[in-house]
Amino acid sequence: MPLLEVNNLRTSFHTRHGIVRAVNDVSFSLEKGETLGIVGESGSGKSVTCYSLMRLIPQPPGKIEGGSAMFDGVDLLKASPEQLGSIRGKRISMIFQDPMTSLNPYMRISEQLIEPLLIHERIGRADALNRGIQILQEVGVPDAANRIRSYPHEFSGGMRQRVMIAMALITKPELLIADEPTTALDVTVQAQILDLVKKMQRELGMAVIWITHDLGVVAGFCQRVQVMYAGRIAERAATDELFAHTAHPYTRALQKSIPALQPKGKSLYTIGGMPPDLSQPIAGCPFVPRCEFAQEQCNQPVGLKSIGTNHDTACLRVQKGEVNLQQPEPEPAQKT
Amino acid sequence: MLRFIVKRIFEAIPVLLIVATVSFFLMKMMPGGPFDKEKATTPEIKKAIEAQYGLNKPVFQQYLDYMGHLVRGDLGPSFKYAGWSVNELLASAFPVSLELGCYALAFALTVGMLAGIIASLRKNTASDYVPMSLATLGICLPTFVTGPLLILFFGIVLGWYNTSGWDFPSDRVLPSITLGLYYTAYISRLTRGGMLEILNQDFIRTARAKGASEWRVVWKHALRGSVLSVVSFLGPAVAGIITGSLVVESIFQIPGLGRFFVMAGFNRDYTMVMGTVLFFAALTIFANLVVDILQVWLNPKLRFE
Amino acid sequence: MTAEFPTVTQHTDQVEAGHSLWQDAWHRLRQNKMAVVGAVFVFLLALASFLAPFIAPHSYEQTNLAIGATPPSPAHWFGTDVLGRDLLSRILYGGRISLSVGLVATAVSVIIGVLYGSISGYIGGRLDVVMMRIVDILYSLPFIIFVILLMVIFGRNIILLFMAIGAVEWLDMARIVRGQVMSLKKQEFVEAAVALGLRKRRIILRHMIPNILGIVVIYSTLIVPSVMLLEAFLSFLGFGVQPPMSSWGTLINDGAKDMEEYPWLLIFPALFFSITLFSLNFLGDGLRDALDVRASKD
Repeated sequence: MPLLEVNNLRTSFHTRHGIVRAVNDVSFSLEKGETLGIVGESGSGKSVTCYSLMRLIPQPPGKIEGGSAMFDGVDLLKASPEQLGSIRGKRISMIFQDPMTSLNPYMRISEQLIEPLLIHERIGRADALNRGIQILQEVGVPDAANRIRSYPHEFSGGMRQRVMIAMALITKPELLIADEPTTALDVTVQAQILDLVKKMQRELGMAVIWITHDLGVVAGFCQRVQVMYAGRIAERAATDELFAHTAHPYTRALQKSIPALQPKGKSLYTIGGMPPDLSQPIAGCPFVPRCEFAQEQCNQPVGLKSIGTNHDTACLRVQKGEVNLQQPEPEPAQKT
Repeated sequence: MLRFIVKRIFEAIPVLLIVATVSFFLMKMMPGGPFDKEKATTPEIKKAIEAQYGLNKPVFQQYLDYMGHLVRGDLGPSFKYAGWSVNELLASAFPVSLELGCYALAFALTVGMLAGIIASLRKNTASDYVPMSLATLGICLPTFVTGPLLILFFGIVLGWYNTSGWDFPSDRVLPSITLGLYYTAYISRLTRGGMLEILNQDFIRTARAKGASEWRVVWKHALRGSVLSVVSFLGPAVAGIITGSLVVESIFQIPGLGRFFVMAGFNRDYTMVMGTVLFFAALTIFANLVVDILQVWLNPKLRFE
Repeated sequence: MTAEFPTVTQHTDQVEAGHSLWQDAWHRLRQNKMAVVGAVFVFLLALASFLAPFIAPHSYEQTNLAIGATPPSPAHWFGTDVLGRDLLSRILYGGRISLSVGLVATAVSVIIGVLYGSISGYIGGRLDVVMMRIVDILYSLPFIIFVILLMVIFGRNIILLFMAIGAVEWLDMARIVRGQVMSLKKQEFVEAAVALGLRKRRIILRHMIPNILGIVVIYSTLIVPSVMLLEAFLSFLGFGVQPPMSSWGTLINDGAKDMEEYPWLLIFPALFFSITLFSLNFLGDGLRDALDVRASKD
């Protein structure tokens, strides 16, 4: 039984300029203790997917149009506020991208940190504080007993993120959703935070969904990867498999864009064009305008299909075996 | 913190001195003296009275005398009420105004903040439009319009309250509401705005992600920040309430400092006018200092500067 | 950061590039019904007051004790006051005073505020710090008390009234103008002008002021009702304009005195005054919201 099973999730935003389909029929599942990476550029729907699960989307203008998200027998999308409240922060925790704005600047760390305990567990303040100090030490905050009384702005970015992690893990949740937690941090700090989460995951045996735009981060950490584009899943596989046998032009383009992997002296590779306007209906594959392999047939509706063990792709031509993305040089583009 | 207070007091002293000096010389420029209106005075008697009050000395001498007394906290004798010193008059009238002002402020804060919070939580519904439209009304209508109207309606038509006076507890109701109305309206708008802005912030999302109930999110997380915008308004609010008391006390015949000031103005009671101006100035400076301290205390980010 | 939530505007902006900021703002303003209603009312009231000498049915100062304090009737739509003067005419003329004080005092405010703010913002440095500290201190003082002091001393001189009231309201304008100037100073076209060797004064006059004009206009419309309120306040207490040339404030005061027996004497002036203030406030709010994109929240 998977820990989390999402089926046909559709979330859109009703704006003045039209209905933006941010998440368009996304399904995936997650096993206990598994690490899943969700990769994509801004606007791909990766964050909205997870916010939808936690029902943290502002409901006007956002709207969960359909689908289900089963977590231990409860459909998160339809759960009552009480049910949701008992899962959020206790069994599923979330950490966010910018720790400065995500922590309450008017509250001491101690108050915010132990809040999940006070909400979800029958525990006295004194005990909660002790647990708070303990977990602060575990996440590597020096002099925890004193610093717990500080305010967020007294910490550095990396420290704040550690506090966020402590706050999320203090209730020992079964699933941690991390929305680009290292994007706003220095590279050296990024590595530390990653290691910290890995360590905590081992200790607690929890599942992790790691949202990022950086394929490199995923490579070192996640067991499985899901690449999203324009609100849909483009490709999904075990991490090694994804890199070894890439099965979607977008994934390939992402890999090519990793600066560290590019040959010195040549200009950096970028994916030409822009993500599509999600308020307009898109007939076929959304990547067509930017894809080197696009053909007329790609404009038909295409779904996610398996092309191997636990390896799915949404590229029609790869599904049909017409294209092998492992070749060093791409096929001459046949644009429509 | 202490340095902050000391610095502010240091700033206040020259301001007060300037105010005193400017007021003094302005009063001296006035055509007519305080005793012109007295009936049945022969020129000799007038001269004698003026001598008694020191009005026949050269102006600069009078100024030094006044400042000398001032530094010792003596605001001089009232020219109108013989036998009374300005200090005594202030002491008798100020408590009344203080009471009125406190009620008005308390009304404004409680009703205003409550309305603002509810409006922000039920944005774009009737619970938002109605109070906010009333608030716009409250901001536009001056006290000298609402006061008489309230008296007309509740005092005369309905007969629930006395139309003037300060003798009975129930006399406090209409004046306090009149004086506080504008601030209630303004505070409700500030609170609503502050709440809406805070509720949009990321840390509110974090609180929800932790499983906090909406109740908890509002009271423990959102409120603290939105109170700040109200607190920064309190400084001007106190100045405004002092000003407003002039009208409200006149309308409702309340024996407070505002009314004394107005009457002193008409009577050309030099010392009383100046004394009140100084007192009001000092009061506002003090109130602003308190508000600033409050702000620093409430906003942790400011505390460490 | 809610950067993840997709927006469509990045695409539509490219299409609508033709609309200037003013056109956008005008469009938004027109959609704001309350602001439009406010503007219409203000216009009508201003027109009526301006035309008072031509449309007032009676003289505003002619007393006639025989018809003293009569309720509204066909001959006198709003009734008469205690001395037999027609209330409608007095209200129309009162409007002239109130509105003209409003406009002139606002102009005074604006001039002082713009000058003070521009200098402080442009020169910057210690001068700016000192100037703004002065503003802070003045802001906290109950200015009206000083105005009353002035009125008491110098009598109810209408010119003095204009200047004194204007002197109360310039603080906000100064702050806002300073903010605008400071942000404009950093922008590229100013650097270009400096690079071209233009003198500071020329830069301020020819380049900055047109850009500040927009914000000044908006906040001016918000100052007008405050100023009118101040004038009415002073007149109500008896420190403002002298009868028989009475402003709305004086009329309200007179009405309040006799409201038990002759309520219409209070209700009509209060009504006109309130409606004017509302309309101005709605209009001002509407203008401010319409140009919100530009309005500096610094």
